[in-house]
Amino acid sequence: MQDLQQLQEEALALFECLDTPHALEDAKARYLGKTGALTERLKSLGSLPHEARKEVGAQINQVKSVISAALEERRQALAKQQQDRELSASALDITLPGRQMVERGGAHPVSRTLERIETLFHGMGFAVAEGPEIESESYNFSALNIPDDHPARAMHDTFYLAPGYVLRTHTSPVQVRYLESHPLPVRIIAPGRVYRCDSDVTHTPMFHQVEGLWVADSGISLAVLKGLLSEFMRAFFERKDLPTRFRPSFFPFTEPSAEMDIGCVICAGQGCRVCSHTGWLEVLGCGLVQPKVLVPLGIDPERYTGLAFGLGVERLAMIRYGVDDLRTFYENDLRFLRRFQ
Amino acid sequence: MKFSESWLRTWVNPTQTTAELAHLLTMAGVEVEAMEPVAPLFERVVVGQIVSLEKHPQADRLNCLRVDIGEEEPLDIVCGAPNVALGMKAPCALVGAQLPGGMEIKVARVRGVESRGMMCSAKELGLPEVGQGILELSEDALVGQSIRTFLELDDTLLTLKLTPNRADCLSIRGVAREVAALTGAPLLAQTNSKLVTGVDRKGGGGPQISLSDSACGRYCGQVLYLDNPQRPTPDWLVRRLERSGLRSKNLVVDVTNYVMLELGQPLHAFDLAHLHGDLSVRWARPGERLLVLDGSVVELMSDVLVVADEQGPQALAGLMGGKESAVTQDTHHVFLEAAWFSPQALAGRSRRMGLSSDSAYRFERGVDPQGTREALERASQLLLELAGGSGDVIIEVTNQDWLPAATTVHVRSARVEQLLGFSIPREEMGDLLQRIGATVKQVGDGWWVTAPSYRIDLEHEVDYVEEIARCHGYEKIPEQIPLIPLALLAHAETRHTYAQVSQHLHDFGFQEVVTYSFVSAEREVKTARFPSTLTLLNPISSQLAVMRSTLSIGLLETLAFNLKRKQENIKIFEWGRCFFPDSQSDLPYQQPLRLGGLWYGARAPEQWGLSSEPADFYDMKGVVESLLSRTGVVFVPLQHPALHPGRSASIQWKGAEIGWLGELHPTVRAFWDLPQAPLLFELEWSMVAERRWPQYQPTPRFQPVRRDLALVVEEAVRAGDLLAVLRENAGVAVTRIDLFDVYRGSGLPDGQKSLAFCVTIQDSEKASTESELDLVCRALVQVAGERFGARLR
Repeated sequence: MQDLQQLQEEALALFECLDTPHALEDAKARYLGKTGALTERLKSLGSLPHEARKEVGAQINQVKSVISAALEERRQALAKQQQDRELSASALDITLPGRQMVERGGAHPVSRTLERIETLFHGMGFAVAEGPEIESESYNFSALNIPDDHPARAMHDTFYLAPGYVLRTHTSPVQVRYLESHPLPVRIIAPGRVYRCDSDVTHTPMFHQVEGLWVADSGISLAVLKGLLSEFMRAFFERKDLPTRFRPSFFPFTEPSAEMDIGCVICAGQGCRVCSHTGWLEVLGCGLVQPKVLVPLGIDPERYTGLAFGLGVERLAMIRYGVDDLRTFYENDLRFLRRFQ
Repeated sequence: MKFSESWLRTWVNPTQTTAELAHLLTMAGVEVEAMEPVAPLFERVVVGQIVSLEKHPQADRLNCLRVDIGEEEPLDIVCGAPNVALGMKAPCALVGAQLPGGMEIKVARVRGVESRGMMCSAKELGLPEVGQGILELSEDALVGQSIRTFLELDDTLLTLKLTPNRADCLSIRGVAREVAALTGAPLLAQTNSKLVTGVDRKGGGGPQISLSDSACGRYCGQVLYLDNPQRPTPDWLVRRLERSGLRSKNLVVDVTNYVMLELGQPLHAFDLAHLHGDLSVRWARPGERLLVLDGSVVELMSDVLVVADEQGPQALAGLMGGKESAVTQDTHHVFLEAAWFSPQALAGRSRRMGLSSDSAYRFERGVDPQGTREALERASQLLLELAGGSGDVIIEVTNQDWLPAATTVHVRSARVEQLLGFSIPREEMGDLLQRIGATVKQVGDGWWVTAPSYRIDLEHEVDYVEEIARCHGYEKIPEQIPLIPLALLAHAETRHTYAQVSQHLHDFGFQEVVTYSFVSAEREVKTARFPSTLTLLNPISSQLAVMRSTLSIGLLETLAFNLKRKQENIKIFEWGRCFFPDSQSDLPYQQPLRLGGLWYGARAPEQWGLSSEPADFYDMKGVVESLLSRTGVVFVPLQHPALHPGRSASIQWKGAEIGWLGELHPTVRAFWDLPQAPLLFELEWSMVAERRWPQYQPTPRFQPVRRDLALVVEEAVRAGDLLAVLRENAGVAVTRIDLFDVYRGSGLPDGQKSLAFCVTIQDSEKASTESELDLVCRALVQVAGERFGARLR
């Protein structure tokens, strides 16, 4: 009995010392193999007196199962050690940068602004219309109540392509084209490129406008125009308390006409370089559609009233993003453009 | 329109401060663009007179002056100005004065001589420079008087940015009327005391006038026999001219300019000695020419209105006088003209001929047809006062039919309220109409309103609606949120927006750029497939002269610009219009919207975990394929002079080209000075914007079966052609055939390649079997063999 106990302790101690699966399996053979110590003892049971066999046999089996369990435990421990070693050997430097197949690109600030403007007006039920950039003088001017040689025409610094054909100086001709081809009421914005023969610190020969037009038989007035545009500006600048104001102005194709100012968002109306110390920023021109534009299109101005507006996209982008030089929009320096991603 | 506030205040003097007045005008649509003091702040500078002058004992260039400043003792002042003279009057800064430049005047010793003040130049006082040295003042300057008072320096220059409709504000009187209407302050009567009555001399001398066309509805003229027209123009008048931005020339011209600024009516003065016989206002005749005041000779076209005598044109009517009949130092007898020329008679002429004048600027915008004679009388009175002499009777020729008639308009108060969207009390509306000078007669639903003759912009009811809103105050317009019947906007599911397509390209690493639609002719010729012939008639520069026919030029310019700034691996795109002539359509131009892209440099950003390889044709083709949702798009070899002939493709759908892509041709690459060749594409926007409308098909219940086929063909066989034939002959069970490998080299003869395809069979009714697949593949190999000489590898 003591002998068995000793055997068990010896086996358990031995297993603990072994640290390879191979040595462990060798050791297993020493105890549990065909000629192992326990196997031998089981075989020698037959030489014991009958009454002793049962007890001794039970003792041997008891020791055998303890040793087997210890063996299995040790096997698993060794397997885990082995796996841990392998895992540790295959560890990565998880601080290395991830594998970027591309560096993401982004939108040009003018496009980004256009999209924002379109989204906001879309929410107020304005559809998007487009028109040609090479335009006839009649659509660009005459149809908008700007007769030949009118001083207002000279104000536009027009690029000519051929007699009678110009690069559109504003998006307003889309008003006329759209009214010609769509039934009333209409409610559209027309974004796009426009061109003026002017290039200096504050002018680029190409820039973007968004024209707005809403013609209907009710619900349109100067007060509504002011409400609509003020609402837009507050949404665009995400400033619920943004002050706005109308000033009288003149456009041949609207009357009454107005320029709209917003409180300077840079100095909060206190006066700064950007607002020329007035506290106000001029952001768009607008008005009620001049009857002289509607009548030739067969629209009765007594029945239908229109409102129209035109806003400068670069101007809004400059204010919104703090860009201080208009010309940077068209240099396309990628270091500048990537800031708008 | 630029003028001094003090002049305006002689016409109307409201209680408002300068800033308040400017705000009021701006908010009434007469924008005050600039407001600047005539002179910077300084004090203790007075009129001094030099009463003795001696050379400085120690310095040749200095003088020791004694200057009378109206006190008991003259001041000793050392002065280095070259123009000092005994008896001269000039500004004298007293001890304690602080000048605009920051200089403070103290008692000083200059080379041993004490100096107790400083004689000042215009520059030292912050005034516009005139001549060298100290500022010489006129003889009538009062010694000891503050220079600010004497030169009226406590004044503000106002610059108006006038809209073309407000021609009536192109004069002091016009602005004064506006101020009176806005503030309620009365218009002050002018000291237009004695009207000059004609003195009949030399039997009513002077030319007869004839008018020939509606271009001139009224012409007033008067002969003035001046005693001293060479007299200098008085300071006050010169000052008012200068503060309106006009230089003094001579007395006669100065007076005509002065009256134009004051009343808005341009005038012209002829030297009577150089007029021959009677005058007529008529259109120029073929071959006529005129040497005009600015020294140029103008060939006159038949739409140019002239004032002619019996020998020919003497002036471009309302635009510029002729040199020969101009007033000079030798002029004594003057023929003074004030006329009403119609805006249409002047419109565009000055621009076309490159001659501009304040007179034409006013006539083009419209001058008060009832102010003609008054202005002539005013000018002649001033001239006779200042130069002495007498005037002949005023000749006036008027054709009422050719003058704009006063229109009377029915203004309905309900209409006003409807357009404004808020109410203004009726009495206030009527009052506002009266304040702008209109004649107002009340009727049941509103008024009959007649505009004053100087407001030629008021013709229709809506014009008065604006006037009422303007004078009531745009600041008082309430904001009303529009009420719109709720209606959904159309939304096409099969269209991508610009933003969606852009987003897709951003994900592929492309940055959007926006470039000018006009490019240099040279770049267009070198880069475009069919170079544009659309040249601007008046470009900003030769670099921006031709309408682009391709987006590539802007993309390449952007590439070159950024490479110079050490940027690498550039992937950019732009969407915009290209331009072509088109004789077919209404507008003789095609302006298709296109999307263009450029890829330069590596396939992937420089990264430790990726090998750095240059992007090639297939990288860009992958981008292009991802943009097109339509099936049946094919890539066909392309001949494009700016692209590598073996690495460019026309992208076609049903035989029509919808775009192209390729690598830049080495010669063009050299032209653009690029170290490597970029890849470019251009696609019709309409194709890119297309989005598929999904149609349901049952998802198969059975497993697909896949088989790989490696076919060996000659190098010249194009994979796309082979693939197309395989697909055509595959039969309904085959759901996909994809090319997954291209192999050349060991095991294959030179000049041959192996193309590996994977064929997938998927029967929707039953499980597909290996034997079916065998059958299909055998058929495919056979057709590949027949059509392309292909064999199984």
